[in-house]
This record gives sequence, C-alpha cells and structure tokens, in this order.
Amino acid sequence: MAISHKEKGMSYVLSSKDLLGLKDISKEEIELILSTAEAMKEILFRDIKKVPTLRGKSMVCLFYEPSTRTRTSFELAGKYLSADTVNISTSTSSVVKGESLRDTGRTIEAMGIDLVVIRHSCAGAPHMLAQEISASVINAGDGMHEHPTQALLDMFTIKEKKGRIEGLEVAIIGDILHSRVARSNIWGLKKMGANIRICGPMPLIPPNISDLGVRVCSSVEEAVEGADVVNVLRIQRERQDKGFFPSLREYAKIYGIDKEKLKGAKEDVLVIHPGPVNRGVEITSEVIESSCAAIEEQVTNGVAVRMALMYLLLQGGAKNEAAD
Amino acid sequence: MALKEKAKIMTAEKMARTLRRIAHEIVEKNSDIENLVLVGIRRRGVPLAERLAEHIRLIEGVQIPLGMLDITMYRDDLETKSCNPEINKSEINFSIEGKRVVLVDDVLYTGRTVRAALDALIDFGRPSAVQLAVLIDRGHREIPIRADYVGKNVPTSRNEVISVKVKEIDGVDEVIIKEKIPD
Repeated sequence: MAISHKEKGMSYVLSSKDLLGLKDISKEEIELILSTAEAMKEILFRDIKKVPTLRGKSMVCLFYEPSTRTRTSFELAGKYLSADTVNISTSTSSVVKGESLRDTGRTIEAMGIDLVVIRHSCAGAPHMLAQEISASVINAGDGMHEHPTQALLDMFTIKEKKGRIEGLEVAIIGDILHSRVARSNIWGLKKMGANIRICGPMPLIPPNISDLGVRVCSSVEEAVEGADVVNVLRIQRERQDKGFFPSLREYAKIYGIDKEKLKGAKEDVLVIHPGPVNRGVEITSEVIESSCAAIEEQVTNGVAVRMALMYLLLQGGAKNEAAD
Repeated sequence: MALKEKAKIMTAEKMARTLRRIAHEIVEKNSDIENLVLVGIRRRGVPLAERLAEHIRLIEGVQIPLGMLDITMYRDDLETKSCNPEINKSEINFSIEGKRVVLVDDVLYTGRTVRAALDALIDFGRPSAVQLAVLIDRGHREIPIRADYVGKNVPTSRNEVISVKVKEIDGVDEVIIKEKIPD
C-alpha cells in the first residue's frame, strides 16, 4: 500500500486560493496535485464520467487568446466534477466595448462564480485578477510568463511513464524565449529534482536563462545525449515575425526532432509536446506516431490534472487548519 | 482535542474469529457464489475485504473478485471539512453489472460514508444486490442504513471514538475505544 500524504506529515491543502504559476509553489504542493490527479484519471475511463464532487460550484473560462485544447480541457474537467462551466471568448464579449480586465472580473464575480480560468497575452494579468476578486483564479497562460497547468500535466506524464521525476535528464528543445510552457516546466521540474538542458536558435534563448539552473546546449545532439525525456516546444509562428531564425525549413533541419537526432538519447526516451503540433517542423510525423511519444496521453492527463486542481482549490473550507 | 484510551474491545485473535464468522454468513446468504464480489471502502475496509475474500476462498475454494472504492468525491460534508480529504483511486477492475456486491467497511456510524459509497458504486454499474459488512456498528445513524453483517455491536456515546487498527496499515490488529477530552 502506498504511503499516504498524511503519514508523511503532509498537508492536504494548497497554500493559496489560486494557481498562478509554478515558481511560487512548493514541491509538496506539486506532489499533492499530481497524486490527486492520479485518482481523477480513473474517472476518465469509466462508463459514467461524472462525479458529484463540485456540484453547485461554478467556473468561467475567460480567454483573451485563442485556445482549443486548454479551454476544452478545463471545461470538461469542470463538467466531469459536476461544476457548472461557462465560456467567455473575449471577441464576442464586452471586452470589445472596452471593458477592463478588472471590471470584467468583478462583473463575473458578482454573478457568483467560484473559479475563473484566465488566459491573457499580458504576463501578470492572472495575478492582478487574483488580487481583485475573492474567487479562485487559475492561470491558463499569461504572455511569455507561465502556463502552470501544462507543466503539471507534462510532469504527471513523465511521472507516470518513468515512475519518478527526481534525477531524470530532461531536454527542452525550441523557442524558449516565447515559451511560457518552458518556463513553467523549468520551475516545476527543478523543484522536483530533475536536471534540465535546453536548446534552440540562439536568438530564442533568453539571456541569463542559466540562472534558473538549466544547462544551455549548443546543439540538439548535445541536449538529447543521454536524455530520459525530450520536451519539444511548438514553434509559435505567430511570434516569429522578427526573424529569429531564417526559415522554417532551416529550423526543421537543425532543431526538428527526428529519429536520427533521438539516437543519442536513452533507449526508452519519452517525447512530449504541448501541442498543437507543426508536423515536419519541430517534430517529424515518424516520431509523433512512434511508441516513445505520449502526445495524446498528455491531453488525457491534462483533464485529470485540471480536475485535481479544481478539487483542491474549490473544495474544503478554511485553509491552514489541521485535518480532523 | 486530546483522546484518552478507554478500553480494548477487540484483540487480533477476536478480530480473526469475527471475520471468519462473517465470511461464513456471507457464503450462507449468497448461494450463487459466482455472482459474489467484495468491494472494500478505503482505507481500512480494503484490508478487511481482502481477509474476507481469503476466508471465503478457504471455505468455498473460489477466489472472489475484490475491488476498492474511494468515496471522497461523493461525500456530503466536503464543504464543512476544514481541509481537503486526500483522494485515492477507486479500483474496480471487473464489471459489477448484475453482481451481488458486498461493501466492506471498518466502522458503521452515521451511515453517511455508506450512502456516499452507494452513490460511488452505482457509477460503476448496476449490481443485482448490494449488502453491507462492517466490523463494528457503533450506532448513532443519521440516515436509514443498516448492515447485513456486523462483527460487533458497540454502544457508544458521541464523545467516544472507535479506532480500528489493521496490520496492513497500522502494524497491529485491534479495536480500541477512546474518549475525547476537552483541552
């Protein structure tokens, strides 16, 4: 029988009403989220995919940037837990009439919402909203800052496939500069004890990134050498107008992950990708379809991780009190 | 709130004998043993269910399918808890459709855990019958639920706590009655 958190003297609560990023949460909190997600995943494979846990709770997905998988994942996670979910896509809301984020937040709070899931192009927008309202806030991606739920589902996938995170060699390949996924992954994985190497075109490697405790590699081959996990980032075409690299074709040739480049990795290397995939650019179809990739499973795990977070943030009364 | 130990109401030997007796009762009441499954309620119902299954195997020579149920997500008191209860996985790796399910738990008290367990169980399918086996029934029901198999009836006051310990989790088999003392 697995040792429970109680026996390890661990608390069952997150320290904040919000999940804004992985930079400021503890290793124990990450472990709590991941172990709760394990129980949530079982629900996804039932005939009846619904439990009454969050009955009577309501949540809003407030997305100022386009998204299919993250928004749908949050919405389904809420529905599987019996919460009522509403979507606001800003292109059809009062935001186009000039309503500020603060006012939008207060308005939906006045309607009795318990949780706001927000994606915004400005770094720090979720943090500002979290201070403004008493409902819980989950950051679903803010600018080039953090995307904590993606990093949590990546870590969940790694833990599930490898049995642990501590001591693993993880390579993160691609556009680190614009990637909130990379930043959240680096903060989270470091806390869990993994070693991280990063690699990408030099203009897309932020200066001082090694301050976060990662090794910057000059070639993909070097980064992949002996890696347990390769996390391939999406080339964000919408953010490449400044000519960070000459062409997609050249990028694919030098940084695109194919079977050949994976040869130096551990034999049982795990390849993950946050999606959506640009096939043939940052990763080849051959790798995507191979047994070392877990891209679809990441999507499934994403729902489980978000269910776990909603449960931990919305259920239970006053925080900081001891368990019964 | 401190707890003071009042009395040991069941020793390891007594517990073993009690479980053997319950196993016999289960077999007696369910003649179509092929349709019988046991589901333990996490956490201490699970090792108790495992032992009942072992006794039934010794009596009837049949290995009964065994599942475990985590009822946290079905509790009606989540809101009032000061803290999120830990959630564990439910594992029922067989169909309960049309089966006779015996739910197993350590203590029957208000009945609310069993109510939650019934909701949780029914999300896995429609059993033909559900029965309840508990090691200790301490009374004070708040909803109309009763056990089909009871190890020991223990009249208690609400000020007391029944602590069931099992080897697999606590390293020892015993049942102790404790009393809450205000600080």
